Amino acid sequence: MNKKKGLGLLARQKAAGWAFLTPASLLIFVMSFYPMVQAFITSFKTGSSANLKWADPLIKNYARMLKDKVFLTSMGNTFLYLAIQVPIMLVLAILLAQLLNNKDLKLRGLFRTMIFLPCATALVSYALIFKTLFATEGLINSMLKGLGIIQENVNWLGQPTTAKAVIIIALLWRWTGYNMVFFLAGLQNIEYSVYEAANIDGASGWKTFWHITVPLLRPVIVMTGIMSINGTLQLFDESVNLTNGGPSNTTITMSHYIYNNSLGTGVANFGYASALAFVVFILVAILATINMKVGDTRD
Amino acid sequence: MTKTSNQPKISHIQRKLIPSYIFLTIVSIISVFPLYWMFTAATNTSLEVAQGKIWFGNYVAENYKNLISQQNLWQAMGNSFFYAAVQTIATLFICSLAGYGFELYHDKGKDRLFAILLLAMMVPGVATLIPLFTMISRMKLLNTVWAFIIPGLATPFMIMMFRQNSRNFPIDTMEASRIDGLSEIGIFFRMYFPMMKSTYAAAAVITFMNSWNAYMWPRTVMKGNSVQTMPMLIANMSNGYAVDYGMLMLGVLFCSLPTIIVFFVLQKQFAEGITGSVK
Repeated sequence: MNKKKGLGLLARQKAAGWAFLTPASLLIFVMSFYPMVQAFITSFKTGSSANLKWADPLIKNYARMLKDKVFLTSMGNTFLYLAIQVPIMLVLAILLAQLLNNKDLKLRGLFRTMIFLPCATALVSYALIFKTLFATEGLINSMLKGLGIIQENVNWLGQPTTAKAVIIIALLWRWTGYNMVFFLAGLQNIEYSVYEAANIDGASGWKTFWHITVPLLRPVIVMTGIMSINGTLQLFDESVNLTNGGPSNTTITMSHYIYNNSLGTGVANFGYASALAFVVFILVAILATINMKVGDTRD
Repeated sequence: MTKTSNQPKISHIQRKLIPSYIFLTIVSIISVFPLYWMFTAATNTSLEVAQGKIWFGNYVAENYKNLISQQNLWQAMGNSFFYAAVQTIATLFICSLAGYGFELYHDKGKDRLFAILLLAMMVPGVATLIPLFTMISRMKLLNTVWAFIIPGLATPFMIMMFRQNSRNFPIDTMEASRIDGLSEIGIFFRMYFPMMKSTYAAAAVITFMNSWNAYMWPRTVMKGNSVQTMPMLIANMSNGYAVDYGMLMLGVLFCSLPTIIVFFVLQKQFAEGITGSVK
């Protein structure tokens, strides 16, 4: 009798465990996985949102991408932001974390707070702040003119190259401190004696940085790398609010272009937008896997 | 010369750190300046902002008057607070319950399910946008708080954070509570919740900030003035033909102030929140 009751309790405990995780798991299936499958199916269809039909040939939407100049530009832009901004940001973040991890440094808390502060700003807010700073009639131009570096106002956001540069600068400003916090947390797990030993061996600051800090932080670098790649491939708020993709779609990101194709001001084309979105998903998956593999095998 | 030799060792160390101080000071100034400038610009006229004035002016009352006459500022502030608060409470409850279940009742099946859920981290927001939009509109939930919160109710990140931190929750406590006659859900509410307060605080800060800042999804499902959020409001302001910079920056200030205040008051929890699942 007693034994039976004990088993019943155990079974009830097990059931309770499942009951606790069911709501969240169901939500993730319904709100993430199911829509992803739906998007995949929709990517083989054409027509307006109310009247979707199978495309003929089925891969029509995917074939169309290759000839879609704006899409190719958006992909190029996204990878440009990725290739320039992410490495600079991560190196800078590790460097700052390394400097702030020095116990002899005074005002550490103050420096940390100030460098961390930008990531308390809403994405739309900081996009608009940078848009105003870099406006043709704006602070950056009047400062540069005051210093005699430029004679005429530069239309930063009106030219493709400078507009992209502004987006990259803005991204660096917003996210470097954020990543620094991960590295600071990672550095706290490294024994201080490792550095003292390096100091005694006479290793220079740079040597210590490249040969001790970076290898020991590898897991954190992989993680921040994946997060940054994921975030950059999904850039939206900045493209919409800083440049609105312009001038004439030269700075548009993939997510922004997909949005324009589905729910933006243009013609809604759910099939094509879904195909584009699926490509983003594949890219995120591939790049995250590469990043993890690279992070692993060097051990 | 004699003075140097008498000085304690510390000054030698500090001298070596001078480049660090210079570098950190420069980075700090760059980090803070755009926000400082946002505050000053909100107090200046549009013309002064355009001319590059970087000191505080006395036009803030005027900017505020213009702002509230053209935009439903307090409506949007209220909406943003309400949506973010509901999101935070609901998400924390659902995700902590799941983290608790995954860690403290774990077995092979649950571990496998958890690994599958983690894959959702790779699903891009823009990919699920259309199907979710269709789903929400079929359920007739557009322009309601439900539309705002539903996609964010359960995130792999939050579940993982609670799962990792649940390791600090002693199994002995569970056993003792069971002997005392507490039900399984009773243990969650009476023992787990009070003991995990710091994890909840970190999770709350990060969830609140994320939903306050959300833009793409709210812009998709919250149409119309009466339901719009602060990021939507300021984004619309900047789309006008002639932008009043002073007024715009005041709007941006209103949109940023709550998260900046949360940052200063709860910086430790915020840092724990973003790095929460790395341990």
